[in-house]
Amino acid sequence: MMEVSASSVSLREFGCEQTLLSRPDGSASFVQGDTSVMAGVYGPAEVKVSKEIYDRATLEVLIQPKVGLPGVRERSQEQCVRETCEAALLLSLHPRSSLTLILQVLHDDGSLLGCCLNAACMALMDAGLSMSCLFCGVSCAITADGRIITDPTAAQEKESRALMTFAIDSTERRVIMSSTKGSFSVHELQQCIAVSQKASEKIFHFYRDSVRRRYSKNL
Amino acid sequence: MAAGFKTAEPLEYHRSFLKENCRPDGRELSEFRTTTLNIGSITTADGSALVKMGNTTIICGIKAELANPTVDAPGKGYIVPNVDLPPLCSSRFRPGPPGEQAQAASQFIADVIESSEVIETEDLCIDRGKLCWVLYCDIMCLDYDGNILDAAVVALLAALRNTQLPEVTVNKETSTPEVNFEKRHRLHIHKHPVGTSFCVFDDSVLIVDPTAEEESLSTAQLTVVTDEDDRLCSLHKPGGSSMSGEKLQECINRATARQREIQKLIEKVTHSVTTAQ
Repeated sequence: MMEVSASSVSLREFGCEQTLLSRPDGSASFVQGDTSVMAGVYGPAEVKVSKEIYDRATLEVLIQPKVGLPGVRERSQEQCVRETCEAALLLSLHPRSSLTLILQVLHDDGSLLGCCLNAACMALMDAGLSMSCLFCGVSCAITADGRIITDPTAAQEKESRALMTFAIDSTERRVIMSSTKGSFSVHELQQCIAVSQKASEKIFHFYRDSVRRRYSKNL
Repeated sequence: MAAGFKTAEPLEYHRSFLKENCRPDGRELSEFRTTTLNIGSITTADGSALVKMGNTTIICGIKAELANPTVDAPGKGYIVPNVDLPPLCSSRFRPGPPGEQAQAASQFIADVIESSEVIETEDLCIDRGKLCWVLYCDIMCLDYDGNILDAAVVALLAALRNTQLPEVTVNKETSTPEVNFEKRHRLHIHKHPVGTSFCVFDDSVLIVDPTAEEESLSTAQLTVVTDEDDRLCSLHKPGGSSMSGEKLQECINRATARQREIQKLIEKVTHSVTTAQ
């Protein structure tokens, strides 16, 4: 495993607010720099018979872009977010029921999929659903001269020759989800995974601070 | 007895095989099904290929049309891939608009084309800002028995290799394109991306080239796409059980070996077709 020092991983300013909507069972907004995503979770609720699974809950993920209707790209992102959440959630606790996670993109300034994952995790946490682990999303861009930028902005993404997004779990810091664009060498991939694992520590630390702050107010 | 066991406890049934390092169909864990390739199967298309991996059957047809280039990329043509999973191929697909799996597969193929640079879109430009080729790559599944992504990538690559575009000249006086169907030339294929899919059983056992049944019982799936220079074009893991960097490395090593096998197969089939003509 490659060694990455914590100082070499730079992330943009984070922000998170939970329970900001009254209707959903759990909600959160997550801000990374200028990228902002709002998430709402409904459930466990009744499920349509056609979608019922006899031994676990059915999870549905919807991603709404800022403008226009969701297209093929959103569908593919929905699949990534859904399968990541399915890996973390203990769905067998709610058999024959439905969970719906809605992600509304408020502004896209790069690392969108990563931000969606973070918002999803915070919203699921807010809804009080049991999870086997937490997860976070980290995006890495490889520049033309081979540098790795974590949490890139839209401009940095455009200039990069490869872009990767990973979902990292909180227990063993392993890769739950991976989605890549552009071509890269095996060594660069392993480096990006190592950097993302390092960055995930910072994000999980932020999760903890954010939740602690929220509950200290309510007590 | 075995049939009853398989129906009642499918997961246990597979586990009992995996414990012995083999699979119900007699394959080893890192063994692919027999891959057969037929190119030029559709004579009305500009390029086509049919791939069979075990029972999984995928056909890809390429249709070239003339179009105006987009304003933001005047010197480029474009490629429009589409993956269709019709109700014919499996009972899990219903008629109507494409489902999530078909849409995700289309996006995956589009990403592979873009990331691997299999074709430089500049090559598709005929007259800068005025005329270009657009390649519609229609990929259709005829029989769904798992691992459609690998089969789709092979079908696409073989069909692109098979594509012959007619020569187009732009008449200076009337500025209308004139197509010479007699004179055709092949596309320039820059890279040979090949996908290798894996399934994870019980968060630990890795198997390659899963069947539909193995896919539905697995805890995670991932697809690695590599080209002949051992560069990765895609590491697509939509979710499921988590994996360490070492485990991913194992997958990548298998994928590079698979890339060699498939490229050899495509060369062999292309060669046999050209000598037969």
